[in-house]
Amino acid sequence: MSQPDAEIVQFDNVGLRYGTDKEILTDVSFTLYPGCFYFLTGASGAGKTSLLKLLYLSQRPSRGLIRLFGTDAITLPRERLPGFRRRIGVVFQDFRLVDHLSAFDNVALPLRVAGVSERDIARPVGEMLDWVGLGDRQHARPATLSGGEQQRVAIARAVIARPDMLVADEPTGNVDPEMALKLLRLFESLNRLGTTVVVATHDVHLIRKVPESLIMRLDKGRLSDPTGALRYPPRRPGMAPGAGTQSTL
Amino acid sequence: MGLLSSLFERWRAPAAASDPRLLPEGQFAGPMPWVIAIMISLTVVAAASGLALRNAAETASADLEGGVTVQIVTAAPSERVRQAAAVLAVLHKAPEVAEARQVAQEELNTLVEPWLGTRPGDDVEALPIPALIDVRLKGAATPDRVAHLRALVVPAASAARVDAQAGWLAPVFSAIGTLQWLAGGLIALLALATMAAVLLASRNALGNHRETIEIVHMLGGTDRQIARVFQRSMAFDAAAGGLAGLLLGVVTIAALSRQFAGLGSGMVAGAVLHWQDWLVIAAIPLAGVALAVLTARMTVLAALRRML
Repeated sequence: MSQPDAEIVQFDNVGLRYGTDKEILTDVSFTLYPGCFYFLTGASGAGKTSLLKLLYLSQRPSRGLIRLFGTDAITLPRERLPGFRRRIGVVFQDFRLVDHLSAFDNVALPLRVAGVSERDIARPVGEMLDWVGLGDRQHARPATLSGGEQQRVAIARAVIARPDMLVADEPTGNVDPEMALKLLRLFESLNRLGTTVVVATHDVHLIRKVPESLIMRLDKGRLSDPTGALRYPPRRPGMAPGAGTQSTL
Repeated sequence: MGLLSSLFERWRAPAAASDPRLLPEGQFAGPMPWVIAIMISLTVVAAASGLALRNAAETASADLEGGVTVQIVTAAPSERVRQAAAVLAVLHKAPEVAEARQVAQEELNTLVEPWLGTRPGDDVEALPIPALIDVRLKGAATPDRVAHLRALVVPAASAARVDAQAGWLAPVFSAIGTLQWLAGGLIALLALATMAAVLLASRNALGNHRETIEIVHMLGGTDRQIARVFQRSMAFDAAAGGLAGLLLGVVTIAALSRQFAGLGSGMVAGAVLHWQDWLVIAAIPLAGVALAVLTARMTVLAALRRML
């Protein structure tokens, strides 16, 4: 169990390579704390998606140490992975909706996987779809939804079970500015409820919409710390006035 | 915020044993039910054959258990008659003998007719056929008892030969035993073939749904939840195939029964199926479903363990 103020994620000299290729991530070390809002920026190919994959336990690192929720994720037995994954909501860059399921069933999937009874699923899923503006598309299959609609379904699915940590890979890439702002407010609401939010994006305007956010920047697989997100103690909302001024952006 | 908060608090219920609709139903479909139907029908026919043979052997064995045959092998008709009478007299006094009767000449003629011809004018009675005495002992015709009987009979009739009736059919019982093992082996091979077919179908279905499985894994789905979906789908396919296979097998058994009944052979008449045998045959599709589901589960779990 993690302590209230203990780190939720800790990376220590983490490296990642596929096969014998050169490292995609090199000596990545950082700490994420509960209740913080993080942006992960960097150019395309900098390793953002790879870093997020390590965060949501889709990939094991080639080297280094990773602790998640106070537990060593490297030596975590495979049987315990589902329990950890249920604490992490993920918005995939390519949405990864299940084709044969309706929008409703896609959003309900994390609840069903967690064993929530059907009786307790209908209302929250309906309300969540209303929240993302898809209340009238509940029965639509992903193939019949636009890119933006699919993205909103993916976001609804990621947040429906109120994860301890939300990891979103370019979550507003396919929606109009108005919906992007609305989704960002949803993330902020979650964040205020205690969920740690990590959003990978290269949209500077989006980052500026959350002035209290902390920023991590990846450059060719190496992490820099323009706003002190990686410091200990980190520059956190309410702790350091003017934190995350984002002047380096 | 308030709405979200209240929503989230209600939804974070502890995991229960629900069975989410993670994958499309009927993912095996295709030829799987037909493959299982063929396997089950062949298994039903093999099992029915094995059981019928066992019953035939048991019936014959029970009939022959206390049976002993005494032959008076001499070409002289008068001597044959004399020695037969002497043997009957000895046997009627022996305490272990329950019944002893000489087989009538008409019965002997009937027995040899198929081999010696039945055309008008044939005189089978002119042949030196041994006199036969059918003996029923009070217990089983063990080698010791037969030897004791021989010791009683031979002094009274030097041409007498004493044999346990079961001894005549020993090669037949041996052949039936071999056929029963063959039926068992066939059933084992069919079970293995079914498992192989299910294994291939499961791997194929896993490949087709790999992306969905990865998503379910990322959402915290467990291997058992995913395996349960495959098991359920396989259970439906196997149940449909099993039922069709059972019907096909029963029709085949009925047709074979009619054919063999037409032979009119005494041994074949004992090759019937009792109600207990029908229960065993009815259980074959259930065993097939269990085997298919278990194989699917083990295949899927083994494949999922190779994924992160």
